[in-house]
Amino acid sequence: MKKYSFIWLICLPFIIPFLLIPAGAQQKNIILATTTSTQDSGLLDVLIPIFEKKTGYFVKTIAVGSGQAMAMGQKGEADVLLVHSPDAEKKFIAEGHGINRRLIMHNDYIIVGPSNDPSKIKGLKSSSEAFKKISSEKTLFMSRGDNSGTNSKEKAIWKIAGINPEGEKWYQQTGLGMGQTLNVAAEKKGYTLTDRGTYLALKKNLGLDILVAGDAILLNIYHVIEVNPNKWPKVNAAGAKAFADFMVSREAQEVIKTFGVDKFGSPLFFPDAGKKEEELGK
Amino acid sequence: MDLILDGIKKAFWLLITFDPDVMGITLLSLQISGTATLVSLLIGISTGTAIALSQFPGKRFIVSLVNTGMGLPPVVVGLFVTIFLWRSGPLGFLGILYTPTAMILAQTVIATPIVMGISLAAIQHLPPKLKLQILALGATRLQMVWILIKEAKLPLLAGVMAGFGGVISEVGASIMVGGNIKGYSRVLTTATVMETSRGNFDIAIALGIILLLLAYFINLILTQIQQRERSR
Repeated sequence: MKKYSFIWLICLPFIIPFLLIPAGAQQKNIILATTTSTQDSGLLDVLIPIFEKKTGYFVKTIAVGSGQAMAMGQKGEADVLLVHSPDAEKKFIAEGHGINRRLIMHNDYIIVGPSNDPSKIKGLKSSSEAFKKISSEKTLFMSRGDNSGTNSKEKAIWKIAGINPEGEKWYQQTGLGMGQTLNVAAEKKGYTLTDRGTYLALKKNLGLDILVAGDAILLNIYHVIEVNPNKWPKVNAAGAKAFADFMVSREAQEVIKTFGVDKFGSPLFFPDAGKKEEELGK
Repeated sequence: MDLILDGIKKAFWLLITFDPDVMGITLLSLQISGTATLVSLLIGISTGTAIALSQFPGKRFIVSLVNTGMGLPPVVVGLFVTIFLWRSGPLGFLGILYTPTAMILAQTVIATPIVMGISLAAIQHLPPKLKLQILALGATRLQMVWILIKEAKLPLLAGVMAGFGGVISEVGASIMVGGNIKGYSRVLTTATVMETSRGNFDIAIALGIILLLLAYFINLILTQIQQRERSR
């Protein structure tokens, strides 16, 4: 025995943890590909346990940008998507990758920046005017640069402003999620476009102010989409439908309505189930 | 500075109150990285020893590959493991993407070359005549290999520590193949990344401190074993 005691001693620290936690029972899994804002704001941490308790499904939340979430859906690597990039979503549905696109909630995008506001954009009504001023003053602008919903919106605004910021020295791409991009913008004292939910959740550490808000183009709309099971037979269609149905249910919509009020003084998202996209922001 | 102090305070608070979330995350980190290290030991030491003891054409080439593998970037491993495990990928039928099993797989791929490279060097470093001597004393080939491994246990234990250190601190592959799912595949490193992006720097610092403590205690145990064997 003595001969092997040395091996046992090495193995011991690795074996003990196994005795402490039983291996999790394999449940009915749903892969939810979603945008970073729903996770970084903490909304899903509240909603998903309610759903799991109610239905017995186990939700695997993969928080990536909307672009990557749809790419996963396109390959059948996710079952259900919660995304906020309406133009790309319509294309996704039209190409037959997804079904049952349903409106869940909205909030809005805002342009934030350092409080001394070097480009003097504060109070401007039009976001494209603000972008024009940022580019003419050549003040630092942090872009997500990751094809996320926020990034698509930002590109759309640059297009309206008639400016191509790509490759400009004052235009930097982080390639990170919204939370981290806000941190970078705060650190470098730059401007950035963000969804209000993530901004409010991180506000306490940032030192960035809301400078432009309320423009109609700044509406940020979230939809749930089930990945088309006819295209990808391995997709958990029943689970995807159950999750999507839950998101538009009264219960989930109530949670969305009050989420964040206690912590931030105002809700982070506004529930919209059953409404039409065109009615929003009016 | 306040932030760091807050983080340290938070770490102690989370530890002394046995915060169930943090305990779960810590245990899972240990479980995943521990299993990966164990598997990599089996593969790494046996293959490393076999390469060290045999002579064949192209041996130098193989050794250089192993040594390059010691620096395998975790994100690259994560990317390839993800592609292989996709539902549409060659191993998609296993259905293990975004599970702790997938994380063990990725971490094993990262740790194995580290253990293998160090084992290889450790065995090769033994005096070449030792092998002949043991065989001359009438040992079988298997006994000879066993004695050589025991002879090299000091550097081999260093290999264990390097392998474990490599995977417990690794984040790129874990987040890609594990998905950072709450209460399921969230480990200390991926939780730290997420809390940072949520702006909860105090919790992120606390998790970082817990990770360091964990790595320290594991290495303390291993070092105890290593040095005790030495003094005998």
